[in-house]
Amino acid sequence: MIKRLLGASSALAIALSLQAGAALADDGAKRGGTLIWAVQNTPRHLNPAVQSGIATGEPGNQLFAAPLRYDEDWTPQPYLAESWSTSDDGLTVTLNLVKGAKFHDGKPITSSDVAFSIKTVQENHPFKTMFAPVESVETPNDHTAVIKLSKPHPALLLAMSSQLLPIIPEHVYGDGQDPKTHPANSEGVVGSGPFKLVEFKRDQHIILERNDDFFIDGRPYLDKVVMRIIKDGSARTIALETGEAHLSGFEQNPRDINRLKKASGVTATSDGVAYAAIGPIAWLAFNTKADGPTADKKVRQAIAYAIDRDFVNKAIMLGTSTPALTGIHPGSPFYEPNVETYDLDLDKANALLDEAGYPRGADGTRFKLTVDYGWAGIKAQAEYVKPQLKKVGIDVVIRSSPDFPTWAKRVGGHDFEMTWDVVFNWGDPVIGVHRTYQTSNIKKGVIWSNTQSYSNPRVDELMEMAGSEADPAKRKALYSEFQKIIAEDVPVYHTYALPYHTVYSDKVGNPPVGIWATVSPLDRVYLK
Amino acid sequence: MSFLKQTAIRLAYALALLLAVVVLNFTLIHIAPGDIADTIAGDMGGATEEVMARIRADYGLDKPFIVQLGIYLGNVIRFDFGYSFFFNTPVTSLIAERLPATLLLVFTAQIFALVIGVVLGVISARRPNGLFSHFVTLLALFGFSAPVFWTGIMLLIGLSLMLPLFPVAGMTDVTLLDAPAWRRYLDVAHHLFLPALTLASIFLALYSRLCRASMLEALGADYIRTARAKGLSERDTVYRHALKNSLGPVVTLAGLQFSAVVSGAVLVETVFSWPGLGTLALQSILARDTPTILGILFFSALVVIVGNLLTDLVLRLIDPRIRGGGA
Repeated sequence: MIKRLLGASSALAIALSLQAGAALADDGAKRGGTLIWAVQNTPRHLNPAVQSGIATGEPGNQLFAAPLRYDEDWTPQPYLAESWSTSDDGLTVTLNLVKGAKFHDGKPITSSDVAFSIKTVQENHPFKTMFAPVESVETPNDHTAVIKLSKPHPALLLAMSSQLLPIIPEHVYGDGQDPKTHPANSEGVVGSGPFKLVEFKRDQHIILERNDDFFIDGRPYLDKVVMRIIKDGSARTIALETGEAHLSGFEQNPRDINRLKKASGVTATSDGVAYAAIGPIAWLAFNTKADGPTADKKVRQAIAYAIDRDFVNKAIMLGTSTPALTGIHPGSPFYEPNVETYDLDLDKANALLDEAGYPRGADGTRFKLTVDYGWAGIKAQAEYVKPQLKKVGIDVVIRSSPDFPTWAKRVGGHDFEMTWDVVFNWGDPVIGVHRTYQTSNIKKGVIWSNTQSYSNPRVDELMEMAGSEADPAKRKALYSEFQKIIAEDVPVYHTYALPYHTVYSDKVGNPPVGIWATVSPLDRVYLK
Repeated sequence: MSFLKQTAIRLAYALALLLAVVVLNFTLIHIAPGDIADTIAGDMGGATEEVMARIRADYGLDKPFIVQLGIYLGNVIRFDFGYSFFFNTPVTSLIAERLPATLLLVFTAQIFALVIGVVLGVISARRPNGLFSHFVTLLALFGFSAPVFWTGIMLLIGLSLMLPLFPVAGMTDVTLLDAPAWRRYLDVAHHLFLPALTLASIFLALYSRLCRASMLEALGADYIRTARAKGLSERDTVYRHALKNSLGPVVTLAGLQFSAVVSGAVLVETVFSWPGLGTLALQSILARDTPTILGILFFSALVVIVGNLLTDLVLRLIDPRIRGGGA
């Protein structure tokens, strides 16, 4: 017997998947208009199947549809798959595709396109864990895709949403060319999303027009979407204030955010679970295998006690960010807030450092440490560490890097003692969280692997179990223990979730503010 | 020595220099820590060891340095600048897309700076101790010392936000794509004004000071006294004699400053999202996109060389002594 068993929050999900899209009330939605959307970066190309990241994701989600979508929260919604089911043993996931759905070139979307897309993503996407347990995809008929797994894989549902599994046409990308450099990634893109590509001009704009044959009737509401690439934060802020742009996602500069919050006719928001699937966490990472004090757990705990998370959130981030206590985003259902929080306690920090065998020298200094940072957005955090740790006798040297690759080389090469960093959850913990703590992912030369060289057999075991635990409650319990151990071991000291904000004009209806925010299809967005 | 021969020698030097520029920069970029695989991993929010190894193999970065350099030089000699690592597009087409925007900005700014600079210089030289002259001095001091990106942002706040006269960013209004040609030209001019003024602000300061100084010198010269003595009108004296003679240094400086204008464009383009070479250069440097960086360096060197040649031509037009081929 196959019963519906839908990952994250099963009961609600069942109800929702049965009455397709009922939760999405579009009262007052209006057809027509051109949305001017300010984006921050020029994408390398527009195909998210072979290029992860926000720059490609924002346009990519408009051009390509995926089996599932998540609009408001963590509940999976039908998209190209009108329904789906998981077998009792968790090893078979069946997708029933919407009938009559077509690509932008008029060709029908079939289950073999789904199989082809999964294979392409498996081979080319940087997040290997998303589809690692997929052994094969069977296509008994045009509208049914059966995914066979080597072990239960609850992360699969999030991995099948549009940011991570765009369905790409086999008749275009299956021509033998390397999908990473395929010409159809930038020009004449053929997807099945709510919008079609009109023009992609690097560093200027991406122009999209309504896909009149979109498989959801009546959508999208907008006639046209113009994505204007404005890299400079101040210029983007002004464009939003003057109404030259209607929408912008991923705004994270505290000053710009606070200014936009005060501006009239514009809303800047990051409420609830907004951006929780992106899950950007800022932290101070330690090299736990360094030939120095950071190899000692007590030293790391002492530093955690000496740094004031509250100060970082309130003074440096100007109150725009959310405190994060663990490596899982506070907006995730797996977040565990009941961990050691390391509230500011300089006495405790001093005691721990004494215990660790680092007494103060004649000048009051115990030892020297370097702290790295890789980009301007976290410079203030790095500078804050210096005077703060001086209070407990640690002499901090700030090492700046002129640009990202320089920093990536240093930290990826394990040539650091402490560094500020921002790492993304990317949906399920299996995709973006495990990589930071897994012993098997200590990979020199790879940025955002386990560059801390952290290794704890129990933590490895917990991640292994949680990764294939189908029962959400049991899974939550496993991740809870995992987060408590990480907090105790402090391979990284978590400080805040990046204050990603969606900024939109009063003219915009149904602004994208869910877990995927602006890396989701904008078919429900309209202009008042 | 004939003008042609002179030019030919200059071009030969320029080519040798260009080659040296390419080799030096290739080496420098190679020495800089991190490479395109790190950038792409950063852009994608992480990557695995295999993905990074594949990226390096795809772009030939796994080969020894000297082999990489050899391959690149071989291609450049055949005018093949290769494919951008970051955009997977031929570098020449990336640059061809951007070059017109940069040329438009650089030449407009240079003309703005020259015309306004000379006018201000002449007016203030006629009454060197007048109020206006002091005002120009102050303006020049300010324009020269204010960082260009700051000037840009201030102009944006003043003339785009508080007094919404000009658009904030970009080069065209995308809603006008179907408009008649004249409307689109006007639109580009509208977008061009603030960035060109910003870029011109530094050089305007320089030119107005130089023009004022050389005008003052010229106005005190013997031939001006002669001109006045023989009863020429004040107008003719100032504009036909003094100005013509004091333009030489200004034009020479403008030519020398041409490379500075091009490099200033990088900052201005970033502030105003002007889709030119500067924006591309910044991005490709940060991305370690070697073929694109080298391509841009090559083409900007070319722009500077052409700019200098043009300066020579203009100098020959306004100064008969050079035309004679003496110097």
